Amino acid sequence: MKSTTSAFRSAASQALADVRLQQAHEVVYNGFHRARLSAAGATEDWEAQRTLGKAIKDHTIANLDYYLDMLANNVEKNGGKVYFASDAADANAYVRGIAEKNDVQTVIKSKSMVSEEMGLNHVLEADGIEVVETDLGEYIVQLAGEAPYHIIAPAIHKTKAQVADLLAEESKTERRETAEELTQQAREMLRGVFQRADMSVTGANFAVSETGSIVLVTNEGNGRMATSMPRIHVAAMGMEKLVPSAADLSAMLRILIRSATGQRISAYVTMVNGPRAHDEEDGPEEFHLVIMNNGRDRLLRDDSLREALNCIRCGACMNSCPVYRKVGGHSYGWVYPGPIGSIVSPVLTGLKDGAKLPAASSLCGACHEACPVKINIPRMLLELRAQSAEGVPDPLQRASGFGERMTWKAWQKGMMSRSRFEAGSSIGKLVAAPLKKDGWLKKMPPPISGWTDSRDFPAPASKSFGKWFAERKRD
Amino acid sequence: MPNVGMSVVNILEAQGIEVHFPPDQTCCGQPAFNSGFRNDARPVASRFLDIFEATDGPIVCPSGSCAAMVRNFYTDLFRDHPDELARAEKLARRVYEVTEFIVDVLGVEDLEVRKDIDATYHRCCHLLRELHVDEQPNALLENVDGLDLKPMERDEVCCGFGGAFSVKMSDVSTAMLDEKLDNVVATGASTLIAGDTGCIMHMQGGLRRRGSDVQVVHIAELLDSQSDLSRAEQR
Repeated sequence: MKSTTSAFRSAASQALADVRLQQAHEVVYNGFHRARLSAAGATEDWEAQRTLGKAIKDHTIANLDYYLDMLANNVEKNGGKVYFASDAADANAYVRGIAEKNDVQTVIKSKSMVSEEMGLNHVLEADGIEVVETDLGEYIVQLAGEAPYHIIAPAIHKTKAQVADLLAEESKTERRETAEELTQQAREMLRGVFQRADMSVTGANFAVSETGSIVLVTNEGNGRMATSMPRIHVAAMGMEKLVPSAADLSAMLRILIRSATGQRISAYVTMVNGPRAHDEEDGPEEFHLVIMNNGRDRLLRDDSLREALNCIRCGACMNSCPVYRKVGGHSYGWVYPGPIGSIVSPVLTGLKDGAKLPAASSLCGACHEACPVKINIPRMLLELRAQSAEGVPDPLQRASGFGERMTWKAWQKGMMSRSRFEAGSSIGKLVAAPLKKDGWLKKMPPPISGWTDSRDFPAPASKSFGKWFAERKRD
Repeated sequence: MPNVGMSVVNILEAQGIEVHFPPDQTCCGQPAFNSGFRNDARPVASRFLDIFEATDGPIVCPSGSCAAMVRNFYTDLFRDHPDELARAEKLARRVYEVTEFIVDVLGVEDLEVRKDIDATYHRCCHLLRELHVDEQPNALLENVDGLDLKPMERDEVCCGFGGAFSVKMSDVSTAMLDEKLDNVVATGASTLIAGDTGCIMHMQGGLRRRGSDVQVVHIAELLDSQSDLSRAEQR
């Protein structure tokens, strides 16, 4: 997927002005966020479970080569094929190759954010292959020609009326009204696609190294159908999305599902152990696992950013984030929106262009508090701000302007002496004096005019606390 | 906002504490650090260490954000500077946010103050989620005689300040502020209490701009028996 992270500000402004979108965003807090809080509250030892989740992921990522190797060996033992893709183009070429070799006409998809990174749908469509998303939300955004708005609720920004229009137009049948009717309509439309598909592409919520399994968590059953009906199943995963053992998987499923939707367990948890065995009646003839890097090694190599690879893509950080709730999912300009997206997207697609993403945070910490594996997202946002402000370690990623750098140099000079600090506030008082009205300013010059566009600003106090304290001691 | 500092001094002295104010102090370095300019933040933070290392006893700060900078973020700022890192870690153990100090160190939950007002309390982000100081201000507020504390929807949600964020991304920040202020006004309270001066300045600036007469006070002002909240506007 092409990145438009550099356009964050203009995209955010548009979303802020869109009343309908702003209403749609409310469900993120009132629905998902509250559901997570109540699920966590109803779970004994929730904090201990988060701590365990973090420990499992820390251990896995610290030994990533070992567990990837184990996973690949066990998938192959189960009769599957494993492909390590260095980037999206590499992964696309592999999947295209499978489709070409097998003369594939129709591909069904089960929700996969990695396939969004690859832009796989467009690649296959360009080869004349029919590609259909089967997760209802993904299907809706596919029909609308859009990218997912949220990693677990891709069409959360769409109203029922918009969905009705999209389904009616695509099916060329009567426009339906209620949620039940629309779901039924989508089922009817997708049924035939499921039946004629000769290949499926799914993601993987987890891969289990010791068993060589991949695990899909869904509520619609489309993941199970996609992994059992077509002749060929291709699963695509980021190289970080594995756990060592089935016991670890159980711990991770508990925190993933509660954090994502507030459910104790999703309607379907599907484990795929390779292609159909000789004595089995169902399942695909071929199973391929594509394990993609696509820049994740940059996170792995950086001590201060490695923790981002612990992410299990539950969406809790988005649901808790007051910025996401205002700017919405598309403003972030790449596959992963919200707090974790503000780390992953710029690192995977280029920090210089994506520097606005880590800047788009008040550092309120709601994401850190919500994360089921306790990822300290604010710390990493600060880290990326430093990398983009100072161009360290990579000077090519520096995104700060000369004026901004000089402003902070001047600030530093001012703060290095109390007399300069007080002189600064005296100048402030002098400048503010003719402008202030009962102690407040209505308008200030750039670069701080942004404040007074919507808020009054307090004029400096007539006497500083330091002066008051010093005079008081003398009395 | 000199009133906040004055109230902190009044509260602590009423508890029999001798208060010192190192006169050369300026800033902990947080503004530059949060903007990513660590090389500019570091000398300022280093100067903070010099000045406060020359003192004894607990260091009390009427801001969860500044306390969090020293306690949580100096480790990142001084990551590649082992000498200062060790000094920062040592100093951090002396730093307390003011309500945390009163309750956890002094062991006082009732400051025996009376304020006849109706108010609501905003739980500032860094106090709540960086320092995990939440029970302390609540306990102190509950024991204020005459205070009618009204519950607020989404009282844990950020007001949109975020330092330079409020200027750099002013439209996003303002949208967050509007949601917060709608929830404040919906309580019907005449006074909004908060624990961080940046957030207070932000919310008061927004309330004034929308013509609301809700006044915002720092929790230290509310807990100070000598403060006159009817004049808090003219700080």
